[in-house]
Parts: sequence; C-alpha cells; structure tokens
Amino acid sequence: MRQITYGQAINEALEQMMENDSRVFLIGLGVNSPWYVGATTQGLVEKFGKKRVIDTPVSENGFTGAGVGAALAGMRPVVIHPRMDFMYLALDQIANQAANWHYMFGGKICVPMVIRGIINRGGEQAAQHSQALQAIFTHIPGLKVVMPATPYDAKGLLISAIEDDNPVVYIDDRWLYDLKEDVPEKIYRTPIGKAAIRKTGKDITVVATSYMVQEALKAANDLAKENISVEVLDLRSLKPIDTETIFLSVKKTGRLVVADAAWKSYGATAEISALVSENIFSYLKAPIARVALSDTPAPAAYNLEKVYYPNYQNIITAIKNIIQQ
Amino acid sequence: MYWTMILIRRFEEKIASILRSPEKDIKTPCHLYIGQEAVAVGVCAALKKTDYIFGTHRSHGCYLAKGGNLRQLAAEIYCRANGCSGGNGGSMHLIAPEIGLLGTSAIVGASIPLAVGAALACKIKRDHRVAVAFFGDGATNEGGFYESLNLASLYKLSVIFVCENNLYSTHLPIEKCLANTNISQIAKSFKMPAHRIDGNDAVKVYQTARVAVSRARRGQGPSFIECLTYRWLGHVGPNDDIDKGLRSQAELDSWREKCPINKLEKLLVGNKNFCSLHQQIDQTIETAFKIARQSPYPDIKELTKKVFKE
Repeated sequence: MRQITYGQAINEALEQMMENDSRVFLIGLGVNSPWYVGATTQGLVEKFGKKRVIDTPVSENGFTGAGVGAALAGMRPVVIHPRMDFMYLALDQIANQAANWHYMFGGKICVPMVIRGIINRGGEQAAQHSQALQAIFTHIPGLKVVMPATPYDAKGLLISAIEDDNPVVYIDDRWLYDLKEDVPEKIYRTPIGKAAIRKTGKDITVVATSYMVQEALKAANDLAKENISVEVLDLRSLKPIDTETIFLSVKKTGRLVVADAAWKSYGATAEISALVSENIFSYLKAPIARVALSDTPAPAAYNLEKVYYPNYQNIITAIKNIIQQ
Repeated sequence: MYWTMILIRRFEEKIASILRSPEKDIKTPCHLYIGQEAVAVGVCAALKKTDYIFGTHRSHGCYLAKGGNLRQLAAEIYCRANGCSGGNGGSMHLIAPEIGLLGTSAIVGASIPLAVGAALACKIKRDHRVAVAFFGDGATNEGGFYESLNLASLYKLSVIFVCENNLYSTHLPIEKCLANTNISQIAKSFKMPAHRIDGNDAVKVYQTARVAVSRARRGQGPSFIECLTYRWLGHVGPNDDIDKGLRSQAELDSWREKCPINKLEKLLVGNKNFCSLHQQIDQTIETAFKIARQSPYPDIKELTKKVFKE
C-alpha cells in the first residue's frame, strides 16, 4: 500500500467526497490560501471550481451560519476554520443553531455538516492562534466531536463526518500533518464513536486524544525498556465516547493516565476520569492521573511554550508516579 | 392575502385572549404578530411553496403565511407531541419543511446567515429557489447581519432580506439602538437594491417582494426590503407595554389607525358578505386549539431522543 501524510489524507478525503457527492462543498477562511490550511485543500478549487470551494472573507459567524443554512437546504458543507480560536466567532451558529436544530424541531430536519477546526499551536503564536477547544464543543448536546491521531483516521473520520447526518466538529492538528502511514486509496470509513487500541499492554492504560496519542506511543516504547507495559488507547471520537473500550482496558490494567493537550479544568481528561470513577471505580489500583495543559493561555516565548505543551516525558512521569504507588 | 391576514390576526388574538384568561393554559412565551400581518403575508404571496424562509421568535405569522398547518402550530404552542416541532420547540421554534419553512430561531439575527446559506445551496444546485430571512430591526445590531449582507451581495445569492421594522427591539425604541435608523440605507451600502416601504400595505409588500423574487430567481443577487410596521402588543405576551411605560397610548392608537387589514379591506369590493368566512376562520382556529389542548404531551421516553439523527 502507498503511504501518505496526515495532511494529504485530509486532502484526499475531501477530493474523493466532493467527486462522489455533488452536495459536498467547502467554505471557510483561507481554503484557497497557500498557508492557512496547509496543503489540505490543494488542487480542489482547480478541480471543482470556486462555486464549491469558497474562500470567504473574514466572517466566521456569517459563513458558518451559511454552512448551517446550506445543510438545511440539502447540502453537505465542510466549513473550515484554519485556527480553532476563530470558531468562537461562530459559536452562536454552531452551538445555538446547528447543535439544537434536530432536537428543537422534533427530528423533522437534520444538519449534515462538518465544522473543521485546525489546531495550529507553537511557533510563538501565543494565546489567540494556538487553542485546542474540543471541550467547548463536547459540552454541547447535538454536536459530535472527532480528533484523528493518524493519517488513516484523518481520512476515515473525515469521510464518516461528511456522511453523518449531524453536525460533526472535526479537529485536526497541524503537528500531525507530516506523519506518514499506509492509507487506502479507496473511500473507507473510521466509525465515529469507536476508540482504537494502538498498543496493547497490561500495567497501565493511557487514554489519549489527537497528538497526545503519538506522544503516548513514544512513552510506551520508552517504558517497555523498563518493563512497564503500557496500553495506548486512541480515543478518536470524543463525542460520542467509546466508554466500552476505555472500561475494558482500565479493568484489565487497573491504572489510568488521561492525556489531552487542552486545558485541564472541565476538559476531556476530567470527563474520562469521571466516567471511569463513576462506573468502574473498584477496578482502580491507583488514583487516575491527567496530562493536560495548565489553566493558562498559550504563551508566546519559545522557552515557555516548551514547558506549556505536554509531551511524552510528561506522560512517562505520570505513569511512573502511578506505578510506584 | 386578505384571508391569511385575518387568519393570523384571529389566531394571535385567540392566544392573547387565552393568556389574559384565568385559565392561561399556554406556558410557552408567545411573541405575537398582531399589526405586522401584511409583511409575512405580502412576502410569502410572492414565493413558491418550494422557496425557503427562515423566521425569528415572532413567527406565527410567517408560518401561516407560507402555508403551514394550523393545527400543528396550535399543538406546538401547547408543546404537544403532534406539534410542528413535536413539542420540543414551543412558540419560538417552528418548522414546516414541506412548505419551505426550515426553522425559526429565537437568537436575534440568527435567521440571516441561515437564509444566506440556503440561497448558497440553491446557487450550487442551480435549482432557482430563493431564500427569505425574516428578522426585526433589533437584529440589525448584530454582527452577523453585516457579514450576511456582504456575503450575499459578494456571491450574488438569491436571498431576500426582509427587515420587519416595528420600531422596538424588545423594550428599547429604535433610536436608542441604531445610529442610523434608516435601515435600508445600511443595506444599500452593500450594493443591493434596498426598499423602504409601508409594511402595513400588503399590496405594496407583495409588489416589492415580487420584484426582489424575480431578480433573485434570475440570478441577479439579493434584495433588501425594510417594512415599516408596528407590533400592537408588547414584546412578549398579551399586554401592550404601555403599562410598563415603554411606549405611549397615542403612539399605539396612531398605528392602530394604520391597521394592515383595514388598509387591504378598503381595496376589496363587495366585502359585505365576508361575515360567514370570518366565522369559518374562527371556527377553524377554535377546532385547532381544542385539538391541541386534548393532544398528548411528548412521551417522557422522548426526552433524551432526537439529540442526533440516528
């Protein structure tokens, strides 16, 4: 099988879905820009025209709302925010309109759309171009939230998200764009709501999201040399969440680290810890540990960034603390 | 148009009378449309059933004007399972996809980008439909309003912006909200035809909407219609907000004299025999409310369902 990068996998999913289904179109900030969205939309405007690849002015509320309206009128828009930070400007249309529409109207109409938010932190971009806002969206009933951690899932989850009849917030991470692996050329689906075990182990479970999955794998490899067997679970879908796979793993290992490179308070690490405590507390041999961002806006200075963003070393420390208890 | 206006008027009066009665068995907040009927009716008369409309928290009028089912509306006002939104919407959240009403939003200004998006869908699909956003003067204070006007004009979308300028944004009079109270001038700056018309003149509204619709259908882009009108009742509920000191009796009286229904009635000949039709409409409304009251609430088991489409 040929190998492609995470970024290319997104591009391929978009191209194949647009080819396959005339209802699919792209709308958002910088979709034809050479830098805004990496190479993930490269070649699409040439192939499908400006009518279906719409590079909008800076009007997040307006174009996200237009995506919702188009979805209500039978299209399958992919609305793109090249920095998740900008999604705050569209929060009314995402949270008040898209998320509520199906329920509020008794199931009479659905909102089949993808809202793609890109995490692009580091590089001294500071507090307004670096945020990972998955917790904002997972909190809201009516939204599905997915975060692919591999090129295979970058394509498979995007296809599932486009085919889903509900608003799906698809969050990709620029730090993963160069990651390369075998990706099928055909259209395939990664099911939404299903986690994946990336590495089996017996001593401790690390449940991770997005980029932290790759860091957890590095940690697991290092710890294998010290005879600590780590199971790495890639959550893939934050909502709906695959509690079955999480619980099975934690029941087996009895120990849990949750790693999500977003703020700790009220975030994914808090939710997963609470679910495990509520449901399978008696299986735990040690307290749960969380690896997340401190409740601090993203700094600019390079030395502060290095401390701010967690990596495999933070995961190793968390694991060792638990194992030693 | 006349009979639809009567239907809306009587329907809203029925709600107001229930809300004023001791039994007061409607709980959902009702933002009544009395006085503004010519706007929804005039615009919708210029549309096809397949055209899209989006409304606001004050949308009983456009729901009925577009041809929505009366009994389902009454049932939704009682939040019953057979309501147009299955009892999950209430008065502010109405839908009737079968006649092009894709939803009404109680977030001020939200209907505007939605209509732009529906028009964008029409453009991509080339299906020659048009989309209408109904919104009040208050919504023109929202940022999304400006974004939407720009996007619609930039992409030449088949959307018609219908601003129902009833002079009040909840409790605030327009001059305390807008630096430029001539809203059509704002729209004009986005390079689209913008009309400022008597919103109580159903014929004028219809004629203006027809021009806008035909322009949109020909792919010539959006239009803006500012309809000057007045809501006879308060922002919400059956009272007139005069008791709260928000406006004067004299102001209300002057607008009651400009009643949109009376205005149209004067144009109609031979209206002496309308009496039986009036009674028929009242009877239809009575039946709809009677059925609504007797209808079951949504099943408790439904509470957590329909969050997602399965």
